[in-house]
Amino acid sequence: MPLRALLFASYADAVGAPEVEVDLPDGSTVREVVDAIRSRHGADRLPPAPLVAVNQRYASAETRVSARDEVAIIPPVAGG
Amino acid sequence: MRSAIVDRPLDAAALLAEVSGTGHGAAVLFVGTVRDTNDGRAVTGIEYTAYRDMAERELSDIVASTAARFPGVDIAVEHRLGTLGLGEASIVIAAAHPHRGAAYEASRVVIEETKRRVPIWKREHYADGTREWVHAGSGTQRTPEAVA
Repeated sequence: MPLRALLFASYADAVGAPEVEVDLPDGSTVREVVDAIRSRHGADRLPPAPLVAVNQRYASAETRVSARDEVAIIPPVAGG
Repeated sequence: MRSAIVDRPLDAAALLAEVSGTGHGAAVLFVGTVRDTNDGRAVTGIEYTAYRDMAERELSDIVASTAARFPGVDIAVEHRLGTLGLGEASIVIAAAHPHRGAAYEASRVVIEETKRRVPIWKREHYADGTREWVHAGSGTQRTPEAVA
C-alpha cells in the first residue's frame, strides 16, 4: 500500500519535505513505517523511534496502519 | 470551557472575562511570553508551528480532562502560532473556580500537559541571525500516553 507520512518542524527540515511516501504491505506497524521512511535518502537523519501519531492520536510502535490512515512523525513538542 | 489555536495576538483580559463569574471566587490567569534569552543566547523572536488539527484536538482533550479532574472549574485557553516578538504572549490560560486551590492547580495542569503533548514546535530566532528548533526535553522518545 502507498502510505504518506506527514513531517513537521525539524523533521521536515531534516528530510527537506513536509511529507514522505513509502510503499508497505497493508497492516504494517508504525515501527515498520518508520523503518521504511528512514531507509529513504535524507530521512536517515530522523531518530530510530520517533513519536508517531495515527489519525491525530499518539500511537505505539506496534499500531497497525492502512493506506487510509493519516500518519504523522512528531518531533519533540515545544509548545507553551 | 474553550480552547483554540489562533494566528492573531492573544487578549488575556478577554479570556479572563470569559471564565469569570459571580460563582467563582478565584480566577487564575497564566500568560506565557517570549523571553529574550535561552541557554545564554540572545533571542529576538520565536516562530511557532503546529500539526494544527491534532494540536486543536489535544488541547481540547486537555481542557476536558482537567475540567473532569476539578469539578466546577471553567477554563479558556488559546495558543498562538506564527512569529512572535519579545514579550508577546504565546499562550494564555484562564481558569476560574469557586476556590483558589483548584483554580491554581487546573491552570498548572493545563500548561504542563500542553508542553508535554500538544504538537506545537518553536524555532528561536537569535540576535546573531541564526534560527534553531527548540527540542524541549529531547532525548529518549516516549509517547505521551506511555509517560502519563
